[in-house]
Amino acid sequence: MSQETNISPASAPSSARFRSLFAAAGMLPILVVLALVFQYINPRFLTETNLLIVMQQSAINIVLAAGMTFVVLTGGIDLSVGSILAASAMVAIIVSLMPDIGMLGLPAAILVGLGFGLINGILVAYIKLPPFIVTLGSLTAVRGVARLLGGDTTVFNSDLPFDFIANSSFLRIPWLVIIALSVVVISWVILKRTVLGNWIYAVGGNAEAARLASIKVPLVLLFVYGVSGLLAGLGGAMSAARLYAANGLQLGQSYELDAIAAVILGGTSFVGGVGSIWGTLVGALIIAVLSNGLILAGVSDIWQYIIKGLVIIIAVALDRYRLQAGART
Amino acid sequence: MSAAPYVSLTGMSKSFVGVKALKDVSFDVRPGEVHALLGENGAGKSTLIKMMSGLYSPDAGTITVDGKDMKFASTRDASAAGIATVYQELLLFPELTVAENVFLGNYPRRPGGWIDWAEVRARTRALLDQLDTFDLDVDAKVLTLSVAQRQRVEITKALSKNARILIMDEPTASLVESDVQRLMAVVRQLRERGVGIVYVSHRMPEIFALADRVTVLRDGGYVATRDIGEVDEAQLVSMMVGRPIDSLFPKADAKIGDTVLEVKNLNHGRHVQDISFSLRRGEILGVAGLVGSGRTELALTLFGMTPATSGEIVLEGRTVAITSPRQARDLGIAYVPEDRGQQGLVKQMAIRKNVSMASIERFSAGIFIKAGAEAQRALDAVKRLSVRCRNIAQPVGELSGGNQQKVVIAKWLETNPKVLILDEPTRGVDVGAKAEIHTIMGELVKQGVAILMISSELPEVLGMSDRVLVISGGRLTGEIDRADATPERVGMAMTAHQSGEAA
Repeated sequence: MSQETNISPASAPSSARFRSLFAAAGMLPILVVLALVFQYINPRFLTETNLLIVMQQSAINIVLAAGMTFVVLTGGIDLSVGSILAASAMVAIIVSLMPDIGMLGLPAAILVGLGFGLINGILVAYIKLPPFIVTLGSLTAVRGVARLLGGDTTVFNSDLPFDFIANSSFLRIPWLVIIALSVVVISWVILKRTVLGNWIYAVGGNAEAARLASIKVPLVLLFVYGVSGLLAGLGGAMSAARLYAANGLQLGQSYELDAIAAVILGGTSFVGGVGSIWGTLVGALIIAVLSNGLILAGVSDIWQYIIKGLVIIIAVALDRYRLQAGART
Repeated sequence: MSAAPYVSLTGMSKSFVGVKALKDVSFDVRPGEVHALLGENGAGKSTLIKMMSGLYSPDAGTITVDGKDMKFASTRDASAAGIATVYQELLLFPELTVAENVFLGNYPRRPGGWIDWAEVRARTRALLDQLDTFDLDVDAKVLTLSVAQRQRVEITKALSKNARILIMDEPTASLVESDVQRLMAVVRQLRERGVGIVYVSHRMPEIFALADRVTVLRDGGYVATRDIGEVDEAQLVSMMVGRPIDSLFPKADAKIGDTVLEVKNLNHGRHVQDISFSLRRGEILGVAGLVGSGRTELALTLFGMTPATSGEIVLEGRTVAITSPRQARDLGIAYVPEDRGQQGLVKQMAIRKNVSMASIERFSAGIFIKAGAEAQRALDAVKRLSVRCRNIAQPVGELSGGNQQKVVIAKWLETNPKVLILDEPTRGVDVGAKAEIHTIMGELVKQGVAILMISSELPEVLGMSDRVLVISGGRLTGEIDRADATPERVGMAMTAHQSGEAA
C-alpha cells in the first residue's frame, strides 16, 4: 500500500511462519468443520462408501475447476467450460458409435475441448479481447455447437467402449476419482515446478513486468485457455461415460459457476497471481460435501440452493477476515 | 519564530500486529513554519502523519490542537480541527472538474439544498488565484491535468477547508524541476499566510531551501528536532541512517574500455528522434532530461519494447535489430524500469522468483525449474546486494522501496548484461539504500558492464556519470564530459529545443 512498511525486517520469524502456514491451510478447516457437522447430523456421512460417493460426485467439477485455476491465476476467467463440456460429451458419444474406432471417442472429446480452448486463447492473447467477453460469447456459441452436433437430440451408447472411466474402480477407488486427483497433481507440478507455471503466476501478478522480464505473455495466455478447454473436454468424456449418453442442451448447464465457486473458495485471487491448485481441490470438495451432506440431512432441493449460496459467501467472507487480521496495516 | 505550536503530538506510539511502528514520538507544528519530517522508509513518517490526519488512532500519546486535547476518530475530525493532508498519491476524481474536486462533500448550497455552482466556481477561482495559479481552468477535468497541476488542486482543496496545518507527503517525488520551484513558491506563500506546513521529503536541497525546523525519525523512534540553521546535510543523513555516510556519490574509477553499444540516428515516434551516441565498457553514461523529454522512450526503444522505426543499433560491432525485450535480453541488454511497482516486479511473488524471472532458462532443465539452483542464486544475490528481507521466500511487495529496487537490479544482473539501462534507479529510495545502489553501480562498471543511467535528479547524474547525454523534445541536445558537466550547462541543454508542448 503505502511506500513505508511499518515493520522492521527482523520481525518475529516464528509468528510469520505460523501465519503463512495458516494462510496455506486456507479453507481446509472449513471443509473439516462441515464434514464434522454433517457427521453429527447423520452418522452415515463419514463412511468410506459415502466419502467415495462425494469424491466421485465432485470429480468432474474438480477437473473443470483445475482448468479454471490456470485461467484465474492469469487474472482471466473462462465462462465457456460448461458448454465445451457438453460439446465434447456429444463428440465422445458420437465417435464411440462409429464401428471399430469407438475407443477414439475419449481422445476426440479431449481434442475438441482443447480446440475450443485454443480459440478462446487466441482471441484473448492475440486479438487482446477481454476474457469475460470472449468466453461469454463462446459460452453461448459452443452451446449451440453442442446442440447442432446431435441434431438437438440426446445421443446414447449403452455399449460405451470407455465406460470403465466412470463405472469401475482401481483398488476400490473409482477411476473418476483417480482421474480427478491425477489432474490436480499434474496441475500442481506444472504450476509449481515448471518454467511455464512460474510464468503463469508472473503474468497474473503483473503482465507488464512479466513482458519486460522477457516472458512470452501471449503464449502463457494461450496455454491457460487451452488447458481449461482440454480439461473441459476431459470432463465431457467423463460425463458421457457416466451417463452413456449426452444431450447438447442440458449437459453441463452452469457447470462453469460451480468451477468458479471452487476456485473462489480455494482462495485464488481474481486479480491474478495468487492461488493454488490445492485450494481449488478443497473448494471443490466443500461444494460436494455441502450437496451430499444436505441430501443426507434430508434438506429439500430448494433449501440446498439457498444454503449452498450462503455458505460460499460466508466462507469467503471468513477467509477475507482471517487474511486481513493476519496482514498488517 | 517561537509562536506556540498549533498542533502538538506527545509520546505517540503505534503498533501493527505486535510490531512497533512508532515509539514515543513527539512532534509539533507552529503556525507559519515549515517543519520538515525526515527519515528513511520505514522510519515511521507515514504512520506519524496518518495519526495527525486522523487515519490511524494512536495506541498511546496525546494530540493537542490550539492547546486543547483532541482525539481524532476519523479524517473528518482532523479536517474539522484544521489539519489537511496532501498525500503522495493524489486522491482526486479524474472525471470531475477542478471546482467539483475542490468542494466535493463540502458544496456551498442555495436555499432548498441545491448546490450553488456559481459560488463553487467563483470560490475555486479565487483560491487558485491566491496560489498564483492563473493558468488552471476551474472547469477542466482533473484527468487532463499534469501531476503538478493536480497537486495544486489538492492544496486548493485543503485551503477551501481553511486548513491551519497542511501536511505534504513527498510532494516533489514526481515533479520535474520547474514544477518543484513553483511548488516551493506556493509553500513559502502559505507560510507567509500563517499556515503551518509539515513537509515530508527525501530531497535535501528542498529541505534546506524551505524548512524552518527539521525532525528526524529512525526505526519508529524519535531522533531529534533542530532548527535548520543548526545542521548540515551530512549531519541529517547520518541522523537518518544512524551511522556516518562517507560520500553521497561514490564514483568508482573503473577502467573505460572499448565501445559496446553504438546507436546511430535512432528513431521511434516523436519521442525518439535521430538519437546517436556510443557507450563503452566500464562507463556510466548519464541521461538527463525533463519528464516527457523522451528519456524513457529511448530506453524502451533500445530494449525492444517499442522497436526503432529507423536507425542503427550496433552491439559489439554487430548491427542488430531489437524487436522484443526477450531479444534485447539475449543480446545482453538489461533494463531496470522507472516504475518498479508497475513494470519491475511481481509483488506477490517471492524474492527468489523475481530474481530468477528474466533468466529462468538458466535455472531450468527442460521444462522443470531447478529449485535448488534458483534458491542458491537468489541467496547469493540477496547477500551481494544486501537486500534486507526475512528470507528469499518473502513476497517482494513486503520490502521497502530500496530493497525492492535491489531485487529488480538483481533480476537483471542474473542475465549477465553487457549493457545495463537504469531508469531512475533511486527514485523513491531512501538515503541509505541510495548510496548502496550507487556502490553497486560502481562495482558493476569495474567488472566491465556499461551503464546507461536515466535520472531526473541532477546531482545524481552529475555525481555518477562519466559523460552526460541531455535529451529534450526527443532529440539529443547535449553530450557533456564529466569534467564540463555543471548544473548550469546540463540545465541549459535540458530546456533547449523545446518544441510543441511548452510547460
